Amino acid sequence: MTQVLTDLTIAEAQAGLRDKRFSAEELALAHLHAIETLNPRLNAYLSVGHAQAVEQARAADRALAEGDTRPLLGIPLAIKDLFCTLGVRTTAGSKMLMPFIPPYESTVTANLLRDGAVFLGKANMDEFAMGSSNMTSHFGPVENPWKRRRDESAVLVPGGSSGGSAAAVAARLAMGATGTDTGGSIRQPASFCGLVGVKPTYGRCSRWGVIAFASSLDHPGPFARTVRDTAILLNSMAGHDPKDSTSADVAVPDFEKACERSVKGLRIGVPREYRSDGMPGEIEALWQQGIAWLKAAGAEIVDVSLPHTKYGLGTYYIVAPAEASSNLARYDGVRFGRRENGEDLRDLYERTRAEGFGPEVRRRIMIGTYVLSAGYYDAFYLRAQKVRALILRDFDEAFQRVDALLTPTAPSAAFALGEKMDDPIKMYLNDVFTVPANLAGVPAASVPAGLDSNGLPLGLQVITRSFDEETMFAVSAALERAAGFSALPTLRAGA
Amino acid sequence: MALDPATVRRIATLARIRVEDAEVDKLQGELNVIFGWIEQLNEVDVTGVAPLTGASHMAMKMREDVVNDGGYPERILFNAPDRAGEFFAVPKVVE
Amino acid sequence: MGYALEGRTGTWEVVVGLEVHAQVVSKAKLFSGAATAFGAEPNTQVSYVDAAFPGMLPVINKVCVEQAVKTGLGLNAQINNVSRFDRKNYFYADLPAGYQISQFEHPIVGKGEIEIELSDGSTKAIGVTRLHLEQDAGKSLHDQHPTKTYIDLNRAGVALMEIVSEPDIRSPEEAGAYVRKLRSILRYLGTCDGNMEEGSLRADVNVSVRKAGEEYRTRCEIKNVNSVRFVMQAVEVEALRQIDVWESGEEVRQETRLFDPNRGVTRPMRSKEDAHDYRYFPDPDLLPLVLEQGWVDALKAGLPELPDAKKARFIGDYGLSAYDASVLVAEQATAWFFEVVAKGRDAKQAANWVTGDFFAAMNRLGRTIEDPPVSAEALGRLLDLMADKTINGKIAKEVFEAMVETGKDPAAIVDEKGLRQVTDTGAIDAAVDKILAANQDKVAEYKSGKDKLFGFFVGQTMKAMAGKGNPALVNEILKRRLG
Repeated sequence: MTQVLTDLTIAEAQAGLRDKRFSAEELALAHLHAIETLNPRLNAYLSVGHAQAVEQARAADRALAEGDTRPLLGIPLAIKDLFCTLGVRTTAGSKMLMPFIPPYESTVTANLLRDGAVFLGKANMDEFAMGSSNMTSHFGPVENPWKRRRDESAVLVPGGSSGGSAAAVAARLAMGATGTDTGGSIRQPASFCGLVGVKPTYGRCSRWGVIAFASSLDHPGPFARTVRDTAILLNSMAGHDPKDSTSADVAVPDFEKACERSVKGLRIGVPREYRSDGMPGEIEALWQQGIAWLKAAGAEIVDVSLPHTKYGLGTYYIVAPAEASSNLARYDGVRFGRRENGEDLRDLYERTRAEGFGPEVRRRIMIGTYVLSAGYYDAFYLRAQKVRALILRDFDEAFQRVDALLTPTAPSAAFALGEKMDDPIKMYLNDVFTVPANLAGVPAASVPAGLDSNGLPLGLQVITRSFDEETMFAVSAALERAAGFSALPTLRAGA
Repeated sequence: MALDPATVRRIATLARIRVEDAEVDKLQGELNVIFGWIEQLNEVDVTGVAPLTGASHMAMKMREDVVNDGGYPERILFNAPDRAGEFFAVPKVVE
Repeated sequence: MGYALEGRTGTWEVVVGLEVHAQVVSKAKLFSGAATAFGAEPNTQVSYVDAAFPGMLPVINKVCVEQAVKTGLGLNAQINNVSRFDRKNYFYADLPAGYQISQFEHPIVGKGEIEIELSDGSTKAIGVTRLHLEQDAGKSLHDQHPTKTYIDLNRAGVALMEIVSEPDIRSPEEAGAYVRKLRSILRYLGTCDGNMEEGSLRADVNVSVRKAGEEYRTRCEIKNVNSVRFVMQAVEVEALRQIDVWESGEEVRQETRLFDPNRGVTRPMRSKEDAHDYRYFPDPDLLPLVLEQGWVDALKAGLPELPDAKKARFIGDYGLSAYDASVLVAEQATAWFFEVVAKGRDAKQAANWVTGDFFAAMNRLGRTIEDPPVSAEALGRLLDLMADKTINGKIAKEVFEAMVETGKDPAAIVDEKGLRQVTDTGAIDAAVDKILAANQDKVAEYKSGKDKLFGFFVGQTMKAMAGKGNPALVNEILKRRLG
């Protein structure tokens, strides 16, 4: 077989499996083999479930033979290690949860299994999803499979926090992956790794069984190499879950079909506040290119204003740590996870949490504790919630005039390991374009649209109204068609 | 609104994170940089704005009063770092 | 001037506010599907949500919300159609999430009122500040191991209503009356079983003292007091302690304390160091709780008659004394029992029997109103036997004791034992004849004006008739014969 199975898209693999051109077991083994070869270097997976994956693939083959038509039968995926998986160690990238084996399966992963997916393993990530580079993982950084054209030796970050998921899909170590996006943790690594990443509407995918970072901002979503593949995955992942009070009881439309919709006549907003002074020329140029593509496809381009954009990050860095400081209080060494013994219970708590959490997590817990503490709540937390209301109002007003917004996904391409580590704010600025959609809960996707002068991928972001992922997929697919993005990462299976 | 070392320690205590004396200075510096940056929010006029607590616009659904969970103590205790029979165990607490 | 304490520097007034934690009657917990039954094996009624496992999320139980609204309605309180849940953050061994889901800024129920009755017959209105829903914590067992505390999470996540009073209470008696009355209302509503031994009802007692005309002074909170008697004792000993502190020139510190009933003292609670900074914020895992007015109205329409209304009706309709009415309405089951007995009968007589012989038998035998020594129907039939003159009151007491002992119907006992009242005037005449003949000296004394001897003749006649004589006929015949 000359065809490299790991290069297939999910849609192609669906057809191939259906037509018996290869088996699910072959597909799984091809990926497991690729993981064996490349993962020691990339560190994209924290654990690989070889036996379980083969077993699931064989079950898929039997089902296929019986004419089963479940959409994800035999499709091998990587699962971010923030999703609890029944009987499979789940760490959230933290030393704290190294010994944790969930006795339950998250709703999103259960939905994927219901539809026949094969889980290859658990993907590396920033500790408790706090980071934009995957460098805060207790289990070491992930290497971006992409290389700078003139500096192949530099190790680049895959972005974060879902860095392992992104690197795995880019390097062909999985056909798709789950991620979570609290401030850009799907879209920014998608942009850094030349992938499509989708953060759906808040409430579209259940958070049940997903280890919480910031509850009001956490969004599970998919990664894949094409827009259509992310649509296929989201169709399985999404749906109302009575176990999550914030899950929306809204019908899930056919996202895959929406990818074929024309953008003709759609009004696309270009928010002027995203044009920051320091924006690299390449990113500005790519953005203009995207505008031109959509115009050529028949969309109408509208200049819009989201006046509170610049306050998004500040708001985010109050709200997210505040929620995190409370969400992470349960890691106390009593019921699960790591324990450091102490003189008394209080000493046990303090040692367990100092030892179990890495510096970035400790820092954010401290920020969150401070902004909620007596005397500071009004000045920080309450004010941030009000600014958050204004940011949502900005989107509401813009969406009265336009159907979608087009922006860059990130202010730069992938940077090198170790860069920006000295200055937390520089790191936080990575999320400047992605954070507003989390604060407002509106759906947003990153689509690979071009390369920078180093040959590194850059993404464009499409944002639409709440529960209008269909328009988001339509616009994303139009961009994908126009961009014809065909560059490949240096490190990949079969290369 | 600069944090002093005493505040850093108080926050660490509230958060139950042990902070060594040598770390206080560094933490104080980092946190002050971050809070200095966050202070830009003070520019925003929020008069009359109702705070937004979440991204959802729905009213809350309620579950029926049915017992359909629990009854699996072994699975509850399985991950515990220390247990005594069917109890979790921690160093003795004085109330 | 009511209750006051004399110190070295003068007279002190006690100011008390109560925070009562009432466990909501529901099958499942407030935010999970685990059971709430008391006394289960450790950690068997615990879901992953209750144990705060990673990724677990709360979903609110509709019946718990209903119970809180019913209670609010029963306290004549404001029902808030939009309320919200907040997290109260603190670390404790039996608080799995490191926060308790509670309602801080926007409780489900606002201001209300409870009328308490005092021993001098007076009543007093105590303001209710608010009622909110919150999760209970688990249970720490400190006495199972020399160096360890054991944790059982069965209770973690059970729904509690915290009912906060205004600082309107001024004495241990008022504090006790408040808890008893609140307990009675909750039991009527069926929203809390009020079982203080099992911890279904616990009070945090806020106590301060002041001199007449002063503003409030610093208060202390005495946590988890679990009986009416201890509430009353805790108020008194804490007030005395504070007076002593103030009078020795020191300041009372605001703190959380525990009442030790064995030693009769309060002491500071070590584990509440974070009490000053709970970092409340809206729980982002939950949405605002929105109640439809129609739903609230339907709950209101379905409320039972509550103690105050029932008492007024018992006084108005049955002509009972305020005291008897209070005793009968304290427990709904007692009131029901009474009304079955009283229906179509002499209500005052029914009340006397229920509060008298019936209560005495119940207490003597350690029975309860739910498991009474004599059924209400049977007691009613006993009253009927008196009303139709089958037996007299004295024989009725004998029959009642036989009913308690044998469980037989009163009519059967009367027949079996031949206790039927004698209304045959011939038989009474014959008995009177004998008595008068045997006591001629007394007859003479009576006729010479010693009227008091009449009772002697009645008693002797009844005795001769083994108590079965119809008292009215005996009287009538004696009057005639002696007259």
